[in-house]
Amino acid sequence: MHQVDLSLTEITKVEGSASLDIKVDNGKVEKCQFSIKEFKRFYTQAMRGKAYASLPQLLARICGTCSNAHLMCSIESCENALGIEPTPQSQILKELTMSGLMIRDHALHLYLFSLPDIYKLDAFLKFDESDPEQHQLLHDAFDIKAAGNYLATIVAGRSVHAIYPTIGGFIKVPNAAESAEAIKKMKAVRPAVLRLIKIFEKCDFKLDVQALPTALVSDPFGFLHGVIKGGKNNVIKKEDYPNHLDHVVLPYSQASAYKHQGEAFMVGALPRINLSKQSLHKQTQKDAASALKLFPSKNIYHNNLAQAIEILHCIDSSIEILKNTKFKKEPLVKPTRKSGTGIGVVEAPRGTLYHKVEIGEDGKVIKGEIVVPTGQNQISIELDLRKKLEELIPGDATKEDIAFEMEKLIRAYDPCMSCAAHFLKVNWL
Amino acid sequence: MPKPQIKKLRVGWFSFTCCEDSTIVFTELLNENWEAWKKLIDFRHARILQTKNVLDEMDVAFVEGAISSPEQAEKLKKIRSLSTMLVAIGACAVIGLPSSQRNDFDEKTKEEIEFILTRFNHLDRVQPLKELVKVDVEIPGCPMDEKKFLATVDLALKKFKII
Repeated sequence: MHQVDLSLTEITKVEGSASLDIKVDNGKVEKCQFSIKEFKRFYTQAMRGKAYASLPQLLARICGTCSNAHLMCSIESCENALGIEPTPQSQILKELTMSGLMIRDHALHLYLFSLPDIYKLDAFLKFDESDPEQHQLLHDAFDIKAAGNYLATIVAGRSVHAIYPTIGGFIKVPNAAESAEAIKKMKAVRPAVLRLIKIFEKCDFKLDVQALPTALVSDPFGFLHGVIKGGKNNVIKKEDYPNHLDHVVLPYSQASAYKHQGEAFMVGALPRINLSKQSLHKQTQKDAASALKLFPSKNIYHNNLAQAIEILHCIDSSIEILKNTKFKKEPLVKPTRKSGTGIGVVEAPRGTLYHKVEIGEDGKVIKGEIVVPTGQNQISIELDLRKKLEELIPGDATKEDIAFEMEKLIRAYDPCMSCAAHFLKVNWL
Repeated sequence: MPKPQIKKLRVGWFSFTCCEDSTIVFTELLNENWEAWKKLIDFRHARILQTKNVLDEMDVAFVEGAISSPEQAEKLKKIRSLSTMLVAIGACAVIGLPSSQRNDFDEKTKEEIEFILTRFNHLDRVQPLKELVKVDVEIPGCPMDEKKFLATVDLALKKFKII
């Protein structure tokens, strides 16, 4: 198609509200703008003056689906600011909280958002129960999500805006019966996860990401510790991360976008598996061996496969932890200083999440800063949409085909618009 | 003989300014309820679930989030005019907060954010749904109260004679 004027005002099967405007004139892409349409809720301003103890619960409200990642990141930033060293048990409970989140959040994205693209159906709930394969997938999806939800619930209290984790520790811990039940549920869904990996391994969708991969890298594979690797072979300490980000204003989008030393970069499951596949749980490496051979990969649709592999890793590592750990109630670790500045960096489901907080002598937040994954991916998403569009124009793709391919590509990035539009970027003086 | 048309509950699911936690809770409630709801509910409009959405007559509209712009207010009024029962879900829809936190910012902070409000045509104040339309049922909570949501679905299924 040589002339296209397309405005997708409501991208579907994604978290939050986004739109895409395309203009092709005489076979040339004149416009390709991916805009985040969520209205800002100004958390960066709202956090000022609040008691620090209330901060993690407030900032969890930035996002529904990755709320527990914001909670972990905000707790880490406050603990870091106040000189609190979490106990080994708290570290384990934080890991389990992240695993519960990854299992249910990735499963939501893979089954309800992405799988309909492979099966050429409009909605996952329209899968045919009389078709044995589709029937199995319907059951697999909700069983895996339920297992992740259960893990999050016994460890953190609930899977959205969790209530047990707090600054200095966890106010409740799982008992032996709950741990046993979680192990049982996760073992039961393991074959379903292997089926899911197989589907995304066989999927032939392809488009090479142009941006450079970036992720928090640790051994063993995890979401809370390590150093940030990214860009052109940079190794960055957590606390230095924002110094490597350039804020870019896209006037049509309600979210902040970023470049890394002048270059577009990508965060998320694909960079994580690309940079640390050798650190995955041994059982995961064994059972996902054939899929893991495809990494490192530049193909954006392998972000889906990487998420499926991460579900398996989270199940395998959580089973091992729960089998070998007897939890006991611990008192919360007290602050060793009254004020300070702290950093939290975690790998949220969609990529690297950064929180910074400055706490004053009166125990109130002076100011803070938050950088979310989707803001970091926004430029990469646009670059790849433009590339895909340029591939499609010379062919016989209809306007509907183009709309479908554009949405499919956006979904592969698994963007979260709620996160991206939570705040107003302020200059940190 | 043609197969008799099975009547389903016509549902719309809408999100305005919020973190969409109630939508996520809904997708978690699907874990236990999807088989029943697949048979009983016709999702006319649900961006989280499908691409082909229709904004037409609904038995029930579930609305999450607070209202931040004139366009959102117009859309909410349209949803109200098309739905028999409108249910506000989650704290932002019911009381506005935390999405309406900017309403209470001091003057200096309001000045700091003013250019964004102007650029993207925000309303002066972020509003809960009931300030703009009649709300039939409120499900408070951050995220929404799961038990009250399930009871409301059950109530709607009976009210519209689906079960």
